[in-house]
Amino acid sequence: MAQGLKFRAAVVAAILMGGLTAAPAWAGKGDDTLNVAFSQEVTSMDNYQEPSREGLIMMRLIYDCLLEKDMKTGEFKPELAKSYRFVDDKTLEFELRQGVKFHDGSTMTADDVVYTLNLVSSKDYNARYQIAVNWIDRAEKIDDYKVRLIMKKPYPLALEMLAGNLPIYPKAYYEKAGKSGMAVKPVGSGPYKLVELTPGSRFVFERFDGYYADSPKGHAAIKRIVARTIPEANTQYAEVSNGQLDWIWRLSPDAARNLSRRPNLEVKSAEILRFAYISFYPGFGDGKSPLADVRVRRALNYAINRPAIIKAFVGGASQVLNTACHPLQFGCATDVASYSYDPAKAKQLLAEAGYPQGFSVDLLSAGNPSAQVEVIMADLAKVGVKAKLTDQQYAAALTNWRDGKFPMFMINWGSYGIADSSLAVSPFFSGTSDDPIKDPELVKLLKEADTSIDANQRKADFSQALKKIADQAYWVPLWTFSITTAQTKDLDFSLSPDEFARFYEAKWK
Amino acid sequence: MGRYALKRVVSALLLALFVSFLSYVLVYAAGDPAVAMAGESGTAADAERMRAAYGFDQPIYAQYLHWVWSALHGNLGHSLYFDQPVSSILLGRLGITMTLGLSAIVFALVLSLPLGIAAARWQASAIDQLVRAVAVGGQAMPSFWLALLLVIWLSVTYPILPTSGSESWRHFVMPTITLGFFAAPALIRLTRSGMIQVLDADYIRTARAMGIPGRRVLFRYALRNAVIPVVSLSASQFGYMLAGSVVVETVFAIHGAGLLASESIKRADLPTIQALVLCFSLIYVVLTAAADLVNAWLDPRMRG
Repeated sequence: MAQGLKFRAAVVAAILMGGLTAAPAWAGKGDDTLNVAFSQEVTSMDNYQEPSREGLIMMRLIYDCLLEKDMKTGEFKPELAKSYRFVDDKTLEFELRQGVKFHDGSTMTADDVVYTLNLVSSKDYNARYQIAVNWIDRAEKIDDYKVRLIMKKPYPLALEMLAGNLPIYPKAYYEKAGKSGMAVKPVGSGPYKLVELTPGSRFVFERFDGYYADSPKGHAAIKRIVARTIPEANTQYAEVSNGQLDWIWRLSPDAARNLSRRPNLEVKSAEILRFAYISFYPGFGDGKSPLADVRVRRALNYAINRPAIIKAFVGGASQVLNTACHPLQFGCATDVASYSYDPAKAKQLLAEAGYPQGFSVDLLSAGNPSAQVEVIMADLAKVGVKAKLTDQQYAAALTNWRDGKFPMFMINWGSYGIADSSLAVSPFFSGTSDDPIKDPELVKLLKEADTSIDANQRKADFSQALKKIADQAYWVPLWTFSITTAQTKDLDFSLSPDEFARFYEAKWK
Repeated sequence: MGRYALKRVVSALLLALFVSFLSYVLVYAAGDPAVAMAGESGTAADAERMRAAYGFDQPIYAQYLHWVWSALHGNLGHSLYFDQPVSSILLGRLGITMTLGLSAIVFALVLSLPLGIAAARWQASAIDQLVRAVAVGGQAMPSFWLALLLVIWLSVTYPILPTSGSESWRHFVMPTITLGFFAAPALIRLTRSGMIQVLDADYIRTARAMGIPGRRVLFRYALRNAVIPVVSLSASQFGYMLAGSVVVETVFAIHGAGLLASESIKRADLPTIQALVLCFSLIYVVLTAAADLVNAWLDPRMRG
């Protein structure tokens, strides 16, 4: 009896202790703290060094850029700039906002802007994503609040890059702190400042009260944001279920089904710019592989039942893709040759090409859920094509693919979250080292589209190129991606298609 | 004795060096570090730029020798990702893993020794059967599964404990149980078989015949001899827990050395991987030496 009492007392004590000490971490709306988690480890708070999307999402809390893109209208709004204009095809002039404060209390001037743009575009600086900076020739100070940006050549994506991908650093602080300092103690002028950092695992942001009033990012509603790395998805599901987390993303279809049954959670799926595809290397094995024949490539397109795979294994708002870019991107023509599921036709084409019994082929894959890859292989087997799978880590697979060691590669691509076809189709068809085909007609068209600032010209070029890619069946475009999120019902927040979760827009209901 | 110790230290160091070279080569076998650094959206041109900037275009042996040279001068280099000195990253992470490893081995010993002794004392009884069931269960259950069961039970159904992180002792409860439970079966079996063997020995019978109380015979005379192999095993289990806590660290989002190792391998962060391999090999060397010392203390015959 006495023992029973003691045991019960111990249990009660444990629960009380748990309840009391855990309370602060569990509250979301209650203590105005948004708790979010990612699976991917974020390594640096220096925007120009961080490779992960998750890291870059956090950067947009800390740093502001000259411009901001309105995701609803597609319009570029001035952010740190008050206004901007094209002086000529290669020159942009910015009038800067006055009185903007950095988190260390200093005031932003033309010196900070000129310093940052010249620094990150310099060769020695070695910015991780060159595409964001390699078009800049130099920046010049006109006066304390006026800056000119001179491009190497006319660049149609200049505004896209300036809106989000080119944050402005405080010159004085950065000169003192350097890359390593910025990586752990970042100072920006954004809506949140970083107040606590455990390298790779935990980041605490607090609303910056000195934030300028009429920023297009708006005034943040939530006081604190705690972002943590939780590599195991099941742990994330447990925490979002019991309220330790307020928001998680990249749910698998079955997790989405399970979590949507919890009364405290809202599960949403949003289409994003990322898409999956299989790329062919027709020149594989000195051009003697079956894939050198366009009929074979078309046959493989016909053989894969994409709608069924999406329904069973991809889920969410994903859709069948027929072209070599995302339909939401500028210039992405969708009126191209498409191949709906037709195994009989696939077999007929294979027979015409001289492979009535099919053939064996190596398939390289990186970063794809195994169920999706396996069901594609099963579809191919149905028309006699025996695919042998090599599933590798991203870096290893990419090296093998670039070295021409595989005839087929299944992969996905996010276009840096930028809604322009030149970041989807051009990297793979404009004669770069990532282009195994190097079709001269495509190279010419895409080079023109990538450098012209005439929107109609670009559209026409992209359309012609995409039609040829589809007609030649250089790819099997598979499907667009969607991201499924689970969040507490107290939270008012949605994802935009560029995969940049804008937590500064989040509100409590 | 001194010569023997010197020989052991030198061979241990050579082994550590060999392991570190092997890990260098394996990173390259797993994927081009320049491509890994260029990131998932990196172009071939980006990878070439990284190759030149970080010296990946040098022959592997030259890169390795350069690393050894710096390491011998106490400089473990900069992480290619964190942009911080590897030593400072490692220090924090190793502390967390040490805490977890120590608490897990203590938990495993606290669980195994009494169970093993009881099973041997009452051999073939119901207690023995039960202990064997626990041992088989611990051996058969994958760590991640036990971890998830604990999470569901102690964090979702009865929200008593936090699921992830390493901020307080409460964060270490479930990881300690998971990791410790995995190490326990081997310790239980070794304690049990060691005790059975010793309890059969002549000197124990003599001690009993002399009328020394049973409890004193069990703990004072038998355990001391039975526990010697257990000490060696716990040293290697402890080393295993430090290096092998990846699964547990992943599930409970404990950012220790294990998780750092697996993430760094994915990222091909060579300086970090090298430093971790070096640390783990040194820890093993120190642990085995420590086990020998403890055994020498327990068994004077081994002091020769």
